[in-house]
Amino acid sequence: MIYLKLFWAFFQIGAFSFGGGYAAMPLIKQQIITTYHWLTINDFTDLITISQMTPGPIAINSATFVGNQIAGLPGAFFATLGCVLPSCLFVTFLSWAYNRYKNLSILQDILESLRPAVVSMIAVAGIDILFPAVFPSGSLSFLPGQVKLRPVLYFAAALFLLRKKKKDPILVMVLCGVAEVTAQLLMPGI
Amino acid sequence: MNKKILSNIFLSTLYLSSFTFGGGYVIVTLLKKKFVDELHWIDQQEMLDLVAIAQSSPGAIAVNGAIVVGYKLARLPGVICAVLGAVIPPFVILTVISFFYTAFKENFIIQAMLNGMTAGVGAVILSVVYDMGGDVVKGKDPLLIILMAASFIAAYFYHVNVIFIILAAALTGIGKTIIRKLRNEA
Repeated sequence: MIYLKLFWAFFQIGAFSFGGGYAAMPLIKQQIITTYHWLTINDFTDLITISQMTPGPIAINSATFVGNQIAGLPGAFFATLGCVLPSCLFVTFLSWAYNRYKNLSILQDILESLRPAVVSMIAVAGIDILFPAVFPSGSLSFLPGQVKLRPVLYFAAALFLLRKKKKDPILVMVLCGVAEVTAQLLMPGI
Repeated sequence: MNKKILSNIFLSTLYLSSFTFGGGYVIVTLLKKKFVDELHWIDQQEMLDLVAIAQSSPGAIAVNGAIVVGYKLARLPGVICAVLGAVIPPFVILTVISFFYTAFKENFIIQAMLNGMTAGVGAVILSVVYDMGGDVVKGKDPLLIILMAASFIAAYFYHVNVIFIILAAALTGIGKTIIRKLRNEA
């Protein structure tokens, strides 16, 4: 039952992604690539790219996108529902508890310990997106022929614009895309 | 009156979710601006606690932020309106994109565009990691720094399931709370 699978896969993503934003990315990757093989790593990378360029949380975007790709509109509905339901239950419960007890200290301790783990997992997901783009073999290697020059240049330029010039991430990504389109049009086959 | 509150919740979250780039934290800030500063329906201190709940709960912060505000203003009907408002825009946008993605995936220009952007996305993500990781290191809590290193090793080299890593980190947090409570009582 594909709808149930979609619902359950994204329910777990919704239930275990603490910290917002990129924190859901490692879980999404685990569920839709490792566990269910719903997307290739290329499609997943495109999905993250698209998510960056549209409003809306990565988890919801992924649920709707994967659901649509796998089982059409009903698939998108069940995946998205699964993704949001844990939030609805958990946050509503906490809001209720807060209204009664007005105390959040345990919650904040847990969150504090989750943050370092989440940072590391986002780093791993980022590496898994970056390495296949830069190294044809998919793993770290600086031998001649084992590094793709243009993506390395884009990566370095993007880091410079983000860190030193404080440019908007969406603008930086679009510039990388435009640079690659221009390069392929001007120098086909290289 | 109640209807007015509900439609206000729905339209606010719908609007913010449609036009806010830059993630959940931005949306939470804008929710505060709307309901605390403009409408005065929630007071400042309570909003800070609500934001803390939204940030400490699992799931997308934009959705969680909408839920806490919806619950505060109108209980369960408020939650439903807030969630619908927050989810409908990405649902519609990504459904349209998904349709075109299948149709245009093989297109040469789009392929090149997406390929080029991958390196940029990698830079954006690692830049975020650098900031977040820097905060952990600056906090100078050895336990948290070890936790960060251990999580990286487990995820990258041993491919440990992400859910187990999260559970282990959460247990560490609970353990910390218990130890502190015991010490305070002793």
